[in-house]
Amino acid sequence: MRISPINQRRLDNFTRNRRGVWSLWIFLALFLIALFAEVIANDKPLLVRYDGAFYTPVFIAYPETSFGGEFLTEADYRDEFVIKLIDAKGWMVWPLIRFSFDTINYDLKAPAPSAPSLDNWLGTDDQGRDVVARLIYGFRISVLFGLTLTIVSAALGVSIGAFQGFYGGLIDLLGQRFIEVWAGMPMLYLLIIMASVITPNFWWLLGLMLLFSWMGFVGVVRAEFLKARNLDFVLAAKALGVADLKIIYKHVLPNAVVATITFMPFTLAGSITTLTGLDFLGFGLPAGSASLGELLNQGKANLHAPWLGLSGFFVIAIMLSLLVFIGEAVRDAFDPRKTYR
Amino acid sequence: MSKFLEISGLHASFGEGDTEVKAVRNASLGIDKGETHALVGESGSGKSVTALSIMQLLPYPLAHHSGGSIKFQGQELMGAPARTMRDIRGNRIAMIFQEPLTSLNPLHSIEKQISEVLGLHKTLNPTQTRERVMELLSVVGLEEATTRLNALPHEFSGGQQQRVMIAMALANDPDLLIADEPTTALDVTIQAQVLKLLKDLQAEFQMAMLLITHDLGIVRHMADTVSVMSDGEIVEQGDMKVVFETPKHAYTQHLLGAEPKGHPDPAKKNASEVAATGDVKVWFPIRKGVIRRTVGHIKAVDGITLAVRQGHTLGVVGESGSGKSTLGRALIRLEKSTGEVTFEGRSIQALNKNDMRPLRRQMQIVFQDPFGSLSPRLSVRQIVEEGLLVHDIGGDFDERRKIVADVLDEVGLEASMMNRYPHEFSGGQRQRIAIARALVLKPKFIVLDEPTSALDMSVQAQIVDLLRDLQKNHDLAYLFISHDLKVIRAMSHDILVMRQGRVVEQGSADSIFDNPQDPYTKALMAAAFDLKADDTGVVNV
Repeated sequence: MRISPINQRRLDNFTRNRRGVWSLWIFLALFLIALFAEVIANDKPLLVRYDGAFYTPVFIAYPETSFGGEFLTEADYRDEFVIKLIDAKGWMVWPLIRFSFDTINYDLKAPAPSAPSLDNWLGTDDQGRDVVARLIYGFRISVLFGLTLTIVSAALGVSIGAFQGFYGGLIDLLGQRFIEVWAGMPMLYLLIIMASVITPNFWWLLGLMLLFSWMGFVGVVRAEFLKARNLDFVLAAKALGVADLKIIYKHVLPNAVVATITFMPFTLAGSITTLTGLDFLGFGLPAGSASLGELLNQGKANLHAPWLGLSGFFVIAIMLSLLVFIGEAVRDAFDPRKTYR
Repeated sequence: MSKFLEISGLHASFGEGDTEVKAVRNASLGIDKGETHALVGESGSGKSVTALSIMQLLPYPLAHHSGGSIKFQGQELMGAPARTMRDIRGNRIAMIFQEPLTSLNPLHSIEKQISEVLGLHKTLNPTQTRERVMELLSVVGLEEATTRLNALPHEFSGGQQQRVMIAMALANDPDLLIADEPTTALDVTIQAQVLKLLKDLQAEFQMAMLLITHDLGIVRHMADTVSVMSDGEIVEQGDMKVVFETPKHAYTQHLLGAEPKGHPDPAKKNASEVAATGDVKVWFPIRKGVIRRTVGHIKAVDGITLAVRQGHTLGVVGESGSGKSTLGRALIRLEKSTGEVTFEGRSIQALNKNDMRPLRRQMQIVFQDPFGSLSPRLSVRQIVEEGLLVHDIGGDFDERRKIVADVLDEVGLEASMMNRYPHEFSGGQRQRIAIARALVLKPKFIVLDEPTSALDMSVQAQIVDLLRDLQKNHDLAYLFISHDLKVIRAMSHDILVMRQGRVVEQGSADSIFDNPQDPYTKALMAAAFDLKADDTGVVNV
């Protein structure tokens, strides 16, 4: 595949921003690790050898009876009794961290929240759950939530902005007035009211926030389209008889892509912040799920356990800084006037 | 004796190392007091960089001079301290730029802008300053502006703005005036007036003038001596008459031979009508008030009847804002209009989008700006091929590729260029791509909307030749829109002179060029061919 010179230039500009490149690699590494959270932090062993057979408890739930136990429920591999059973006829390979985000450590030496120890590297929260495991799962859900929200709202916002800008006139006028009214709706109250009617989960929150987050893209895309729709190459395409949808897609949209891509990393950071904020207030993800906002809230409630607030703060701060640095580098890459010497 | 301004061995380049662009190489020239020296060359030849070097106004340190000297009245300007340069700029050396609207600050009144120059270099009290501003405005022929001192630049026309710029330049009685394409952005009739003004002022104040232009007509009219620049080097220099009559360097000969000339090939007398209009009107409503009531109309095209016949070119000529382009677009229904519009005898005014589509194949348009009319993100093949896809011509990929290759070959480009992107081509090549895009559908009628205006002179001539050849080979009908009478003459069989949306004069090219009837047409011809300013008052702003 041939990289067009303009993209080559963008790539060069991006790589020249050292901070952005490093941020991108660090972020990608962290994200990749977090994607495989189940094999890094889990309360089930990765692999069990028992009585001449292999078991993979991370993927398949085995009843305790498979290992010679008494219950038909799933085996609790942290139970001394089960460990003894398995060790007698085989062995287990554990993940790096022997806790999942919702595993309660009953063997704490001090009352929860307990301070960092060899078992719980960053301590436990006030319900005895491991902070490191919660951070890894929380990071993953935050980034996935942000990415999904950004991509879907970009698709929605770009399409609406494109139609408004391309057709202008009455369509544009009505669209803009609708956005002004819609933007005036208090999102937070709406979420609070909705939270009392339904139990918000990942998808509910995504849908509710999507109702409002698409509007940011409309402005930039609409402006690009208003500018481009009277350019000669668009007129030339009309003179050729090209259909409107095709003109939008093939001729005008590529011009709006730059503005959209520049906007995206900042929307991503914004979405993550909003989710964290909702979790902090208690209107976010359902109780018990791994969430950075909930960790912060616990930090606030347990000021005598600074490891809670501090670890939450650092993870959020580092994640957002990385995203903003990447965003800056992307912006530089698409800036036609940026020159390096 | 050394000259008044003497440039010797000037080098100017931008950037360092691999990316260094040598804009000016070893340029030398001299101007005496009271002399006009013209610097001629095509775009990118280093004319403006030379002028800005004199003022030391290049973007240093990105730009730098690797050698040379610029002596002004014996004083070295190269590397002179900033304080000295500030003293010289606007005071002893003044400059006029190409685009008057962007050179004037839109938020300051003209009085403020002119008095600023005075205040920087002279100590005058407010009354004296105002008197001087009035005096300057009357010197540049803007007497009526003395009552409008508080007016902002946009309230003046292009010609008037350029006069204000000249007044600013003259404010401190400069010894040297640098005019960088001072009339390129103006209409021909206004251009003639501004050139006359510059010439008169120069004679009156005995200034030295460095005139930068790409227009050989202006050089012939204005200059005493001339330097021809090409690709950063001065290739020929000397007395204007000598250089123009006996050019020695190949490039000068090329430049002089490159003006579009000749006449179109005679076309069949009884050819059938391809496109025609009857009393066509395009009125844009002016809306005012809260409920956007229509209070009046801008009559861009106001009742024009014309017919373009097969194999013929109808030249539409007029100054900017006369409605030429709108007329062209209305003819192929890119602009809403009222009145009769027919194509091959069939009325197309009432057709909807789907009914229009098959007709679009027959009628095409080529635009003025070769940079804006090609999608920057599509390759040449994709651009030319688009029409084929829309109209389902040429079955599969390979067949379409072959058609594109043929049409590129026909417009004088190589088929191997089809995978490149527009920005890799020069202005003239891009215009050829735009023509190829129109031609690939084998249309019967092409609207050419100022297709040569954004191009260098020698490239213009090539495009004119190409268009004439294509017309002959395909029996095409052209509606050729231009403000440039030379190009119109080289292209058209029939002519329509437009002004403010109406027809001023209409007829065969020969009769209009040889024997114009309307005073406006006469003034236009005089301004375009002899750079003679009109004094009858027909074109006054």
